[in-house]
Amino acid sequence: MLQIIFDSLSLGSLYALGALGIALIFGVMRLVNFAHGDIIAFCIFALLWPSTDAMAIVFAGNLPWFLLIPLVLAVGAGLSVLCEIVVFRHFRRANPATMMIASFALGFVIRYFLLMLYTSRPKSISLLPMLSQPVEIFGARLPLLQLITIVSTVLILIGLSLFLRRTRFGLEMRAAAENFSMARMLGVRANRVIMGAFALSGALAGAIAMIFGSQTGTADIQMGASIMLMAFIATVIGGLGSLAGAVLAGFLLGAASVVMQVVLPVDARPFRDAFVYGAVILILLFRPQGLIAARGTKERV
Amino acid sequence: MTTVTAPAVPAELAAPRKPPRFALARRTVMTPILLSLLIVVIACLTVMTGSRPFNQAVIDVFVRVTLVVGLYIFIGNSGVLSFGHIGFTCLGAYAAAWLTISPMMKKSSLPGLPGWLLETKLPYWESAIFAALFAGVAALIFGKVLMRLSGIAASIATFAVLAMINTIYSNWENVTGATSSVVGIPIVRVIWPYVIAAVVSIFIAWAHAISRAGLALRAARDEPTAAAASGIDIPKERLVAFTISGAVMGLGGAMMAHSIGVVTPDTFYLGLTFITLSMLVVGGMSSLSGAVIGVVLLSALIQALRWLEAGVPIGSDVFALPKGLQEIALGVIMIVILALRPAGLIGNREITLFRRNRNQ
Repeated sequence: MLQIIFDSLSLGSLYALGALGIALIFGVMRLVNFAHGDIIAFCIFALLWPSTDAMAIVFAGNLPWFLLIPLVLAVGAGLSVLCEIVVFRHFRRANPATMMIASFALGFVIRYFLLMLYTSRPKSISLLPMLSQPVEIFGARLPLLQLITIVSTVLILIGLSLFLRRTRFGLEMRAAAENFSMARMLGVRANRVIMGAFALSGALAGAIAMIFGSQTGTADIQMGASIMLMAFIATVIGGLGSLAGAVLAGFLLGAASVVMQVVLPVDARPFRDAFVYGAVILILLFRPQGLIAARGTKERV
Repeated sequence: MTTVTAPAVPAELAAPRKPPRFALARRTVMTPILLSLLIVVIACLTVMTGSRPFNQAVIDVFVRVTLVVGLYIFIGNSGVLSFGHIGFTCLGAYAAAWLTISPMMKKSSLPGLPGWLLETKLPYWESAIFAALFAGVAALIFGKVLMRLSGIAASIATFAVLAMINTIYSNWENVTGATSSVVGIPIVRVIWPYVIAAVVSIFIAWAHAISRAGLALRAARDEPTAAAASGIDIPKERLVAFTISGAVMGLGGAMMAHSIGVVTPDTFYLGLTFITLSMLVVGGMSSLSGAVIGVVLLSALIQALRWLEAGVPIGSDVFALPKGLQEIALGVIMIVILALRPAGLIGNREITLFRRNRNQ
């Protein structure tokens, strides 16, 4: 029982962090960023030296943890801001469908850039190996990593909400998410807020990359995509643009996946994801604006 | 094309004078004819070169034309981005596989099929019709539930449909062969069936666009509140478009199955979804001409990059792009096109001979 709770919490953490990264950017720019998954993949590959061997040549990954973590976060933030400056800045006035396809094209470019340097073979890495020993809590044997995943997600969430509520920059960002043109008129600098959102979202991508990389022990070009799909869905059923909703829906989806894995009869287990997606459709039918509707996204007539 | 109804409104207000029958059809029919001519000309040129790999490449282009026109019928007219349509392509492709693989092979590879299906073996064109019907019915059922949603919620819900279909088809061992490929589908190497499929889908899209349902749907796309206030049942009109486009996607799936002879669930997943959507958006999302031209141009670009990657002799040297640069270049070119022309290459215009509807 406790095992199930921890499993769903740690899976939900990943989805929640991913959803948060998307919701942050959507809030200020109305952009659904399909490149986010590829930014995650880029962060993990930034630790390896470009080569085509199956055994990864760890390059920056050998750093002690207190250097490693900021490095990965900075790589994510840097790449994300770079994407904003080079690509998305030209799409400020485009309609959402165009931006979506542009972000997909950008993700495509990043993915094939990685493929060119590292080939498509998944590489085994051991990131922070001391985290994989099990620990015993309340009679359940848990990998230490799972615990750290949950704790660090909670810390990130607390930190982020403090940042958004207590600092001037966070205030500007929330104002921009609510009503972008009004915020600009009141003196919020659009470029700064958007770049800030991209930097935060990129840093979150770096955090996901580290957690996921140390959980699976491999670096795979495809790894971002699997989380991102769920994260997108979480962002939408949480209420697009609503940060709290994104987190809540991320944890809900994680819990739903884990619980269905346990509850469903053995024959139906391979079809688990079909049931999860079915539940998603049901939620959308009853609450099309999402669980927690963001105030800025309501349609006005 | 979007504003063709505009002159009708004041006329009706002034006097209940009806425009002559088929006036709209006559005025717009040049678009599908010109687009079909483009397809036929490409086909003729291909047959004249007589090169087999080129033939196959052009067949792929025509299959994609069918798919992207199918996407256009729903996305272009309703303005709702759908990620789920490749799911109907998957249904169509597997339906074609079930109907055309020889009974002997089916008994061993797909034993879970019902008895009557195990015994049938249809020619490819009959199976394509049934595949389109099957996908259309599936779209009708899913659409009945989904069309109440709009905006991004509808997009994600259609995506959930795609993921559901993919999960089911990748795991239903004895009916779809799970993730292993289903082989033995008769391969059609002649180009003309694909030309017919593409042309038929273009004309279906045109007929729907000028029909009552299509006009109502585009009105609802541009002014949802006003359209609803004028008595347009938006979910119903969307459902009509969703069903028709689902059927065209099914047809495209069947043609795709016959062009490569093998189907796997992952052929019909995110990769194909995004490439077809990109072609639609790059060409111009709300224009039939944009859909067709987007496919032709992007396919030509992909082909040219592949050719460069394979190496081109220049003088005594061979010039070749490094491996992987093809996809990167494709992505960069797409971004540049979209940044310069956010509404796509064609925008929302249509190709016609007459400059009659210039007031767009």
